[in-house]
Amino acid sequence: MTAKLEARGVAMTFPGPPEVRALEPIDLDVREGELVCLLGPSGCGKSTFLQIVAGFIRPTSGTVAIDGKPVDGPDRKRIFVFQERGVFPWLTVADNIGFGLADLARDVRAKRVAEYVELVGLRGFEHAYPHELSGGMKQRVEVARALAVDPDMLFLDEPFGALDSMTRLSMRSELLRIWQAAKKTIMFVTHDVDESVQLADRVVVMSARPGRIRSIVDIDIPRPRDLSSPRYLELRDGLLAEIGLAHAI
Amino acid sequence: MRFERWLLPLAFTIVLVALWQLAVGTGKTGVLPGPWQVALGMRELWERGVLVGYAIDSLRRVAVGYAIAVAIGIPLGLWMGLSTSVFAAANPLVQILRPISPIAWIPIAIVLFGIGDGAPIFLIALAGVFPIASSVAAQVRSVPPMFLAAARNFGLGEAAIIRRVLFPAVLPQMLSMLRLALGVCWIVVVAAEMIAVDSGLGYLIIDSRNAGKRYDLVVAGMVLVGAIGLVLDLSFRLLERVRSVRWGFRSNS
Repeated sequence: MTAKLEARGVAMTFPGPPEVRALEPIDLDVREGELVCLLGPSGCGKSTFLQIVAGFIRPTSGTVAIDGKPVDGPDRKRIFVFQERGVFPWLTVADNIGFGLADLARDVRAKRVAEYVELVGLRGFEHAYPHELSGGMKQRVEVARALAVDPDMLFLDEPFGALDSMTRLSMRSELLRIWQAAKKTIMFVTHDVDESVQLADRVVVMSARPGRIRSIVDIDIPRPRDLSSPRYLELRDGLLAEIGLAHAI
Repeated sequence: MRFERWLLPLAFTIVLVALWQLAVGTGKTGVLPGPWQVALGMRELWERGVLVGYAIDSLRRVAVGYAIAVAIGIPLGLWMGLSTSVFAAANPLVQILRPISPIAWIPIAIVLFGIGDGAPIFLIALAGVFPIASSVAAQVRSVPPMFLAAARNFGLGEAAIIRRVLFPAVLPQMLSMLRLALGVCWIVVVAAEMIAVDSGLGYLIIDSRNAGKRYDLVVAGMVLVGAIGLVLDLSFRLLERVRSVRWGFRSNS
């Protein structure tokens, strides 16, 4: 089986001074429809790697191929979801979600927007502006805006990092629901061990300075995942140990 | 609320005007006019039929000069904001020209345009163009990079990014800046009309002093300038309530 995404020897050095070696050569394959989580401490280069595979940054060396074709820039088949700060504050919820659909006829676009408003549970807020929404709602607007152009891949860079812990939990199950419904390949960056075990098919553990892959862990818990099952705790503790954190306070 | 908004400033103004009248009454200079004389002067201007005409002349020169400042300042600012090399080339010059008062340009304006509307319009445009250009440039440069990254991700070209992302992103701050620039242009028109023209509120003020030391008309002219300036500012503020820019006028979002 061929991979959806193939990264070969991707390395990144930011020119100085001082010169920063952000990533050691990285090899990674991601399968079609897989939900892969990049886990690591801040400063480990996981966001840099995600921006490289999304085509926003050109690596110093190495190649990224998606569907066998080299990535040479951002593409609307692969949408990058920032934290909720990527939502355009001058557009309503509906206009934000329809942002990537400007080439569709008005009625087709309206129908598509309505569909994604429904999917992310924002019915009744179509005409609200982002500053009238909570952080979790803005995050859903951004996910809906990404999904509306029907991409094959989503890149999420700590998308729930700015949310409170309760909203974060419900957003995780929402993401899983959307992922299962929409069948996208998702790469997800986080520094939250629990988040990675709850969501991912595989967790890519990275270490810092320079960033490199430390290990790749299969999360073999069937969904819906029981967050107090022995296997969950075992995997979580293993990952905590892997990134060098104790699991007791 | 109602008291703070309307009655308090009204009462304060009445007290000050009364003090003014009192001071002029007890003073013996006989030169400075009291509020009552100013009101009579205002009526005289009205009866001579120059009040509305002068105000319209001043407003027309500001409208033309300001329009030129906007038409040059916004594209120049966008260009400087978008291109690092244009910014590097033009910004030092803009920053040197910006603090030079338009008043200092008066001799040059007369040489360039002679007698007529050209000189004051030139001065008004100068007063507006540099602050507009430098602030639009700064605003474009401070647009969050993720807005631009998102726009590129959705496949927008350069022109579409300017139209659909950069322009709306800077619009609220740009409106504030445009309002301030209009205020500056209105201040400058008074000085600009003291030269080269024989109409307008600036002309009224300088001519009333030169021809017969009519200080009642001088102050009447000043009151008109202030009142019209206030109306201009308040009208411009209405634009800030348009829904698609209101996000930029909240204190925290």
